[in-house]
Amino acid sequence: MLLVLLLAPLLTGFVRKVKARLTRRRGPPLLQPYRDLARLLKKEVVLAEDASWLFRVAPYLIFAATWVAAALVPTFASGLMFSWSADLIAITALLGSARFFLALAGMDVGTAFGGIGSSREVMIATFAEPAMLMIVFTLALIAGSTELSGVAAFMQSPQVGLRVSLALALVALVMVAIAENGRIPVDNPATHLELTMVHEAMVLEYSGRHLAMIELSAMLKLLLYISLIACLFAPWGLAAPGAEAALYPAALLIYAGKLGAGGALLALFETSIAKMRVFRVPDFLGAALMLGLLAVLLRFVSRGM
Amino acid sequence: MPLPIILSAVGFLLFLAGSAILIGRSRLGMAIIYGFSFVTCLAAGTAALLALAGQGDGMAEITLPVGLPWIGAHFRLDALSAFFLLVIHLGGALTSLYALGYGRHEGEPLRVLPFYPAFLAGMTLVAAAADAFTFLVSWEFMSLASWALVMAHHRAEENRRAGLIYLIMASFGTLCLLLAFGLLAGPDGLYVFDAMRAAHQGQTVPALVLALALLGAGSKAGLVPLHVWLPLAHPAAPSHVSALMSGVMTKVAVYGFIRIIFDLAGLPNWWSGGIVLTIGGATAVFGVLSALMQRDLKRLLAFSTVENIGIVFIGLGLAMAFRANGVAWGAALALTGALLHAFNHSVFKSLLFFGAGAVLTATGERDLGKLGGLIRFMPVTAFAFLVGCTAISALPPLNGFVSEWIILQAILLSPELPQWGLKLAIPAVGALLALAAAFAAVCFVKAFGIGFLGRPRSEAAKQAQETDRFSLAAMLICALICCLAGILPGLLIDLLSAVTGALVGGRMPVQADIPWLSIVPIGASRSSYNGLLVLVFIAISASLAAFAIHRLASKALRRAPPWDCGFPNSDPVTQYSADGFIQPIRRIYGVSAFRAREEVSMPPPGDSRPAILRVEIHDRIWESLYQPAIAAVSFLADRLNRLQFLTIRRYLTLVFLALVALLMVLALWQ
Repeated sequence: MLLVLLLAPLLTGFVRKVKARLTRRRGPPLLQPYRDLARLLKKEVVLAEDASWLFRVAPYLIFAATWVAAALVPTFASGLMFSWSADLIAITALLGSARFFLALAGMDVGTAFGGIGSSREVMIATFAEPAMLMIVFTLALIAGSTELSGVAAFMQSPQVGLRVSLALALVALVMVAIAENGRIPVDNPATHLELTMVHEAMVLEYSGRHLAMIELSAMLKLLLYISLIACLFAPWGLAAPGAEAALYPAALLIYAGKLGAGGALLALFETSIAKMRVFRVPDFLGAALMLGLLAVLLRFVSRGM
Repeated sequence: MPLPIILSAVGFLLFLAGSAILIGRSRLGMAIIYGFSFVTCLAAGTAALLALAGQGDGMAEITLPVGLPWIGAHFRLDALSAFFLLVIHLGGALTSLYALGYGRHEGEPLRVLPFYPAFLAGMTLVAAAADAFTFLVSWEFMSLASWALVMAHHRAEENRRAGLIYLIMASFGTLCLLLAFGLLAGPDGLYVFDAMRAAHQGQTVPALVLALALLGAGSKAGLVPLHVWLPLAHPAAPSHVSALMSGVMTKVAVYGFIRIIFDLAGLPNWWSGGIVLTIGGATAVFGVLSALMQRDLKRLLAFSTVENIGIVFIGLGLAMAFRANGVAWGAALALTGALLHAFNHSVFKSLLFFGAGAVLTATGERDLGKLGGLIRFMPVTAFAFLVGCTAISALPPLNGFVSEWIILQAILLSPELPQWGLKLAIPAVGALLALAAAFAAVCFVKAFGIGFLGRPRSEAAKQAQETDRFSLAAMLICALICCLAGILPGLLIDLLSAVTGALVGGRMPVQADIPWLSIVPIGASRSSYNGLLVLVFIAISASLAAFAIHRLASKALRRAPPWDCGFPNSDPVTQYSADGFIQPIRRIYGVSAFRAREEVSMPPPGDSRPAILRVEIHDRIWESLYQPAIAAVSFLADRLNRLQFLTIRRYLTLVFLALVALLMVLALWQ
């Protein structure tokens, strides 16, 4: 649990660095996100006059739900202690809870910007959540379990093979991950004054320690999705439950390598594409939903696909 | 002896209904009626719970010498009835508690008080009846009592219209059920359920019975396209009755459907499961999309009931499909999911309607566009309403998630089914269910965000005060049940095993045996979910974070005007409105579902007229199905009107011709 918490800002810093290098800038140092968080924690909170208790509680709830979800995803070892307490469906729903409270927090102060952010966030969610569930269905139908460690263990075994439905699910999962993390082309994490922003508009009124919690949960979410993709579609090097202690450092290194590769690919993708108009997003995510549905249908129709 | 307790509860409720006419005018009389309804429901609910848990002599049967002279009225308490009686009386007890406070604001108590206990008694009788005659009479009694409650505020034009449509749809539904029982009774006229169960039907009868049960029970439950009365009638009634109608009466309709299809009609065909499943999926998505478009808080809740009924029917359809293929554990899983969702929905929908009622008494408004900021004036109501919103949006660790999780697990089992029709239908319905869940979350972000958060949009909202203690107690108990059922679902699932055992011959694994209070759908290897641990994890990590931050970070806090990117505007109308919030969704989904159209008339620069945005939304089902039917009926009525102005000779001719025609029919029949 602590590992994901410590690694998350590093990953975000890494993505920012790679993006900067790709556009021939020097970019902030790798540890800048940690410094940002520390600085935010030291600052005072400026609370809007109309903010209610929900506005102050929401950052902690959002952070807790995201952290629990992130801790349930296998990082470098597959046998998590409490992996049976929540399966993939529950992880999806936990992220849904975080979004639910974030959208409410955006509406709490009663500003136009908060409303625009929440409104667009939930619109994106109506595509992203069903698409995610369809991906979960595909994986569960292949592995015979919705439990993440079970699915990951199955993906390591030789009986998986190459399947059309898995390929479709991978593409759909990447699209969902981009949308859920508010990356280009769906949303721009670096913008602050643009009418098309989504996530930043919702958290506009937050400051100080509250903002730090929200930023940290956004970083956790990015880590969660990259780990999820890594453990499902590149499960090599996961330490098995009973593995000896010597294997763990190696597994950790491999995991770091996967995160680095995922982050670099994300940065490459983001620099090579322009942001979409908001009403193009449904086309993008609708494609993810259709791919997910197609993958599930293939699984229902034929066992081999 | 749970059954005598329940029947005497019915008698006492009917007595209360009678005495309400005498004492209902006074404040004390109202307190007596609701207070005794509360106690009666509590007693009957406990009796049902004991019967369900298998204590006391469970499967009792009683025949009372009332009703048709040569049949009598049969009552029987089996696991299925006991479960639904539990739902009815839990809802009834909570509603009566709420009404102790809410009922004080009633302008004309005599239009509500006598019918309220009668309505409860009617629903109880439906669930306890064991012959077709008693069932139908109780069903009609329940419908009429609820109709009278819908018409309580009859001075509003829209309520009268709602009452008329409800009355027509209710009679149509009862007619369909009457025909269904007629088919089940067969030529021998078997009225008693036991005899019906034993009789063997051919191929056509079960199919016809399914169609009639879908029409009859489905129109009461609110299946699309028979749901039209529901979003009109449920909001028209006083709020505690809305809670009872939405939370409980729709469950009685679900009970009727299960009783006919799972118990009486024998083994279903595989395609019947597919049909029920598809209708359920369509109902879920259409219901929640319509709910999204609403601005009226109570109508939004009523449409969301349509959605949840759709989810319950998805579970029932899956159970039928599994049962037709002899997969007992799959059927048990799906049926448990459906019943659990029915229970959960009755709790959180009651809670949400209570909240809407509290808002209505505090502000006099149901229109979300005139609310806002209520979280500051009504903190406890807002908290309870938030719990309800979270539960109905199927978010862990509350109860709505558990039942949807079980139904999703049942969908994941369905590749076992051999039929191709099901193989194609079930994944599509799974996608519809996922869509419905996502829409429900949006819908309740909207309901809570616009209604309770932000700044007040009207004077009335600014003057709002916290509601009375009885209402708050009822809401908090509902919220507590939502939490408990979410973190300890195993207890409920084990209670339901008697029902699934009797109906589909299977059950989910004994959840009490599983360590750490997890729940598992079929076997521990497959998947599991533990609401308690999820709650504990969230609580621990949230408090860890809060603790760490309060130790390490600065505690300084300053109140300031909102930032809003540098251009704050203190006028509340600059906030997002209920319509504006769902505008992206309306643009994406509404165009095909509702033929939604937006029209902007922008005056040229220099012109001081305001710009106007007009949104047009069509109810396609009403326009394409009901309006032609209404037109046809009025056309026929116009034509037949002439029959009233005939001469005596022509009337005699008509009578003679009718007689001849009937004799001809009789001759041909033989």
